Amino acid sequence: MLEKILTGKRQYWLLLGCLLVLMVPGLFFYTRQILDGLVITGLSRDVSWGLYISQFTFLVGVAASAVVVVIPYYLHDVKQFGRIVILGEFLAVSAVVMCLLFIFADMGQPFRIFNVLLYPSPHSLMFWDTVALLGYLVLNIIIAWTALSAEYKGIPVPQWTKPLIYLSIPWAISIHTVTAFLYAGLPGRPLWLASILGARFIASAFASGPSLLIILCLIVRKFTAFDPGIAALKSLAKIVVYALVINLFFIALEFFTAYYSGIPSHHHALDYLFFGLDGKSSLVWFMRISIVLGVAGLAGLLLQMKMNNTLLLLISLIAVFLSVWLDKGLGLVVGGFVPTPFETVTEYIPTLPESAIAVSIFAIGFMLLTALYKMVISIRISNGN
Amino acid sequence: MQINRKEFLKKAGIAGASLIAGGVLYSLFKGDDIITAVVESSAQTKWAMLIDVKKCAGKPDCSACMTACHKGHNVPAIDDIRREIKWIWKADFGNVFPEHTSEYMDVAVRSQKVIVACNQCDNPPCVRVCPVGATWKRADGIVMMDHHRCIGCRYCMAACPYGSRSFNWKDPRKILSGNDIRVEYPVRTKGVVEKCNFCAERIDVGEMPLCVEACSEGAILFGNVADPESDIRRALAGKYVLRRKAELGTNPEIYYLV
Repeated sequence: MLEKILTGKRQYWLLLGCLLVLMVPGLFFYTRQILDGLVITGLSRDVSWGLYISQFTFLVGVAASAVVVVIPYYLHDVKQFGRIVILGEFLAVSAVVMCLLFIFADMGQPFRIFNVLLYPSPHSLMFWDTVALLGYLVLNIIIAWTALSAEYKGIPVPQWTKPLIYLSIPWAISIHTVTAFLYAGLPGRPLWLASILGARFIASAFASGPSLLIILCLIVRKFTAFDPGIAALKSLAKIVVYALVINLFFIALEFFTAYYSGIPSHHHALDYLFFGLDGKSSLVWFMRISIVLGVAGLAGLLLQMKMNNTLLLLISLIAVFLSVWLDKGLGLVVGGFVPTPFETVTEYIPTLPESAIAVSIFAIGFMLLTALYKMVISIRISNGN
Repeated sequence: MQINRKEFLKKAGIAGASLIAGGVLYSLFKGDDIITAVVESSAQTKWAMLIDVKKCAGKPDCSACMTACHKGHNVPAIDDIRREIKWIWKADFGNVFPEHTSEYMDVAVRSQKVIVACNQCDNPPCVRVCPVGATWKRADGIVMMDHHRCIGCRYCMAACPYGSRSFNWKDPRKILSGNDIRVEYPVRTKGVVEKCNFCAERIDVGEMPLCVEACSEGAILFGNVADPESDIRRALAGKYVLRRKAELGTNPEIYYLV
C-alpha cells in the first residue's frame, strides 16, 4: 500500500514540496534551539509554557476527528460515514504525531526524553498523558491500516479489529480528559483549576476535530476523483454544531462563576484575556475574535442547513476551527500564567524562531497526512471508488 | 523456516514494543524510592525556616543572604528579569501576601521587602507533577532537584504556586565567570529547572544554610520543627506567623513573623 505514496500527479508533489519548504526554516531554528537553549523562544520565568504546549493541547483536541466518525459508524450503524472513517483516523494519527513533536520541541533536555519511560511516575499526569497519547496513536494506526489493507485486497475487515475499535472510543475520551487534567489539578493557577475544564476539552475537541476533517474532505472532493459524500459531511457538521453550542455554553459558565462570585483570583485571568489587566492586553483582541468566530461559525452552520450551501459550510467550519484554535491554542495556556504568583502580569509574545519551529511541526504533520490520504484515495480510485 | 520481510518486521515490532512495555512495567512495580520517601516523611526531622520580616526590613539595602546563596550555589546573575535564575530574593510585602494587604495600608508598608525562596512544602505540587522523579521530597522534608534527570518540561514551574522555580533558558556556564565558580557545588546545564534546596548539602554535614549564616541581623531562624524543644518550635508556638498561600494545602515550611 505504501507504494501509492511514491507515485502521484504533479499537484501531489507540488503540495508535498510546499510543505517541505515550510518545514525548512523551523529545522534551522530548531538546531539553534538545541545549541543555545529555549532562550530563542519568548518564554520566561513567569510564562514558562507558550506556543509549543498550547499547540500540543489544541492538537490533542483535533485528534477527536476519529472518534466522532467511529461512534456513529460503529455504534449507530450510520453507513454514510463508511467512506470517511479511515480519513478521520488518519487525521487523528497525524494530529497525535504533531502533539508528540510539540512536546519534544518544548523540552529543555530533549535527549533525555526516555527518562519518561525509565522512571515512570504514575503520580504525574504527564505520565498518563504519554500513555494515553501513545495508546491512541497505536490504536488508530492499527485500526486504519488493517481496514485499508482489507479494502486494498478486497476482503472484509478482520473481526479482531472490532474490540480495538470499541476500545478506541473511551480511549479518545481519555486523551482529552487526561490532557485537561494536566492543567486542572494545579493549585495556584485559578484559570485552569476548574472542574469544567475536562468537559470543555471534550466539547472543543468535538467541535475542532470534525471541523478540520470536513474541511479536508471538501478539499479531497474538489481536487481528487474520490468523493467522501457530501451527505456524510453535512451529518458530521451537525455534530460540530452540538459540540460548539456546548463549548460556548461552558465558556459562559466560566464567566458566570468568575464574575458573579467576584473572587479576584477567579476572574483575573479572564480579565487579562478579554479586557486586559494592569494595562497589559496583548491577547484581548484574539480572545474576542475567538468568541465572535465561534458565534458566527455557529450561525453559519445553522444557516447552511437551510440553504444547503457548501461554500457557507466551508467558511463556517474554518471560523469554528480558528475560534477553538485561538481559545485553546493560544489563550488557555498563556492565560493560566496570568497573573503570576506575585500578582503581577508578565506577557508572552512568541518569537520568530519558535513560530517557525511550530510551522515546521505543522508542515511535518500535514506531509504525513497528505501521504496517508494519498494512499487511501489512490486505493479507492483504483478499486473503482 | 521461511520468514518474509513483512513477517519479520511485524515480529520485530511486537518484540520491541513488549520489551519497552515490560521495562516500564518493571520499573513501575519494583517499588519507587521517591514515593516511599514521601510517605515516610513523618520522620524525626523536618526542616523549616522562620523569617523575621521586621528585622529584615530594617536593612532594606542588605543583600547578604542572596549573595551568599547565589555565590555558593553557582547561580548565574542574569539581568533580564524574564530569564533570571533566583533561589532566594526580595519581593514587596503586597506581592508576597496580597491577601494580607488592604487599600489603607501605607505604601511604605506594602512595599516593604520580604525574603522569598522555595517553601519546601510538605505537600509539594512540583513533586506530584514531575514525570521523571527529578524533583522529590527527602525524609526530612527538603524538596530536592536532580539536575541530571530533569528533562526540562517545566511542569513543576506551572505547578508551583509560589513562582519559586527557575529555568536555565541558556547555558549558565557561559554566564558564570571561571574564577567565581565554586567547585563544591555542581554547575547546571541549559534546559533544566533549579531552585533553593535549603542547603541540603550543608545540613547533611551539620552546617546551617548559607542564607542563615550570612544574615547579620539574625532575621532567619532555621531549625527542626519535628523537635518540640527546638528554638524554631518555641518561636512558632507563641507568635502570629504567616505562610504564603497556606489555603492551597501545600503546607509551606517557611514561616513569616510580621
